Amino acid sequence: MRGRPLLYTSYRADMALLNTPAKRVSLGLLVLLGLALPFLLQDSTLNLLAMGCVAAIGAIGLGLVTGYAGQVSLGHAFFFGIGAYTSALVSGETGVRTMGLGVPNLLVWLPAAGLVALLFGVLVAPLATRLRGLYLAIVTLGLVFIGQHVFGEWGSLTGGTGVGRAPARLELFGYDVAATDSMGTREQKSFWLMFSLLIVFALAARNLARSKVGRAFTAIRDRDIAAGVIGVNLSRYKTIAFAVSSFYAGCAGALLYPLVGFIEPGTFSLLLSVQYIAMVLIGGAGTISGAIAGAFFITLLPSLTRGLQPLVPFISTSPTELPNIFQVETILYGVLVIGFLIFEPRGLFGIWIRVRTYWKTWPFSY
Amino acid sequence: MDELLESVVRGLGRGSVYALLALGFVIIFKATRVISFAQPAFMLAGAVMVTYLVGPLGFWGALAAATVLTGLLALGVERTAVRPMVGRPAFVVAIITLGVDIAVRVIVNAYIGNDVRQVGDPWGLSRVELAGLIIEKRDVARIVTAAVLVAALFAYFRFTRMGLAMRAASYDQEAAMAQGVSVGGVFAVSWAMAGGLAAVAGTFVAVGENVDGLMWTIALVALPVIILGGLDSPAGAVLGGVIVGVLQELVAGYQSHFPWLGGNISVITPYVVMLIVLLVKPYGLFGTREVERV
Repeated sequence: MRGRPLLYTSYRADMALLNTPAKRVSLGLLVLLGLALPFLLQDSTLNLLAMGCVAAIGAIGLGLVTGYAGQVSLGHAFFFGIGAYTSALVSGETGVRTMGLGVPNLLVWLPAAGLVALLFGVLVAPLATRLRGLYLAIVTLGLVFIGQHVFGEWGSLTGGTGVGRAPARLELFGYDVAATDSMGTREQKSFWLMFSLLIVFALAARNLARSKVGRAFTAIRDRDIAAGVIGVNLSRYKTIAFAVSSFYAGCAGALLYPLVGFIEPGTFSLLLSVQYIAMVLIGGAGTISGAIAGAFFITLLPSLTRGLQPLVPFISTSPTELPNIFQVETILYGVLVIGFLIFEPRGLFGIWIRVRTYWKTWPFSY
Repeated sequence: MDELLESVVRGLGRGSVYALLALGFVIIFKATRVISFAQPAFMLAGAVMVTYLVGPLGFWGALAAATVLTGLLALGVERTAVRPMVGRPAFVVAIITLGVDIAVRVIVNAYIGNDVRQVGDPWGLSRVELAGLIIEKRDVARIVTAAVLVAALFAYFRFTRMGLAMRAASYDQEAAMAQGVSVGGVFAVSWAMAGGLAAVAGTFVAVGENVDGLMWTIALVALPVIILGGLDSPAGAVLGGVIVGVLQELVAGYQSHFPWLGGNISVITPYVVMLIVLLVKPYGLFGTREVERV
């Protein structure tokens, strides 16, 4: 079989999690690179990359419901917020302003955050299964507004608008990940933690996508009526899609804020949902690796534009002058999304496919 | 009783603005089968243009000029960002308009800056007593303006050639094309109309208040409104707007009776109403049920 990477002699091999040697090798190299990165990079960059890993978990979740199952959800920020507050509630101590249950173990609050978000996902699903396309997008948008209101008003849980509360603590069985010690600095250790969690979540999602459930998702996306006719239980699989996606969003919400430092109720707005949509679309809808690439791209975009700022001196870095770098960033989101949708609808993943095809078929162009 | 009626009048004023915004969404949806998330940006752009033009032109002149200019802006957006996407999934186009919205709003915000900008309307917060009720003049202005515009638009759809073309294109684009209707022209007119309506709505939202960058969230209330009325029903948009506006003011007026709901509950009332209506009627009050062939 050597030298014939696309020759499969069994169905099992064709459907394997990593079905080509190239995928196995590149995943191995990526894992090695990820493990080595904390020794190569500055702590501030590492923190950003750790956030990228967490954003990738969230983007994979949205990718499952929007990219695979084709159900447009603008409500990701809502589930994100539920995860963040559940984790903070479970992990935090009851203080003067905010309440908490005082269980700081990550292995407790992370699943709790995911499961509570999942519960809300299942609660929303009956609406979602009745609606299609843009109706669904607007309903999920409504969720974000209702969520923002509740987060803003429920002061004992969230600390209230503009104030916020402390997030969950990164602690594993009493070992504080977020403290600098002989194992490494705070940033190094949290990067390792987030990176390994990303690998677990990504592999789990890919595994789901290649299973019966994943095939049902793509069938619903491609033509929901046809899928229903051939025996895919639409409401059941749409519910599953929402449940899994909310679980991922909840986990990402729980993990992100320990890296940021505090949770402010105003964060869980439409803009956050749009950012995640942008990650999925820029990365490439309907692929796991695309969602990860898109998440890192969007997370690193602000520092990228700041790095490029000296090249365009008429753009100011101070927020009071016009045009300033923050406005350029926001416009870039919009322009990038439009540009990708018009010129490369398959996103970063599509660009990669083109490059790969070029070298695979070289020197021929087909 | 007076309190109730005054709330209702305020709600009608608010609802008129929603109705104008919602009509813009519905007109674009009927022509292109797409929800344009760029409406908030057009609304803000219109209001900001009025604040700049009100000095030389006066309020009504500035309003007319801003309406035309915003219509042209919407036309430009349609040509550059939306027309190349004809035939692509509605969701993709919707996300593109979301991108347009973000980009346009940042530019408009730059023109607002840190100044206090006002549309310079003749009413301000002054009140008038009518049949024992104390009513703000701006609410009357909103209701009258919306009523005139809605009547004019419905007459336009009903009695003009272009209106007929728009109705035909919304019914079946290919058949309309085969009959000689310029579907591209319909797209353009629809977008321009929606832009103009958003500009008028934005100006009347800002009457008596300042134009600030957060005003755009009001345009998003039009989304539950069109869902409530049905995505493809102009009459539904108007009625839905009025219903949501009145409900919102009533909730705001009687909020003190429900302290456990927290403050500002009226902000999310439209969304809650939308969720409840959708549970009962998935295509809104007047929406056409989707029938599909496989």
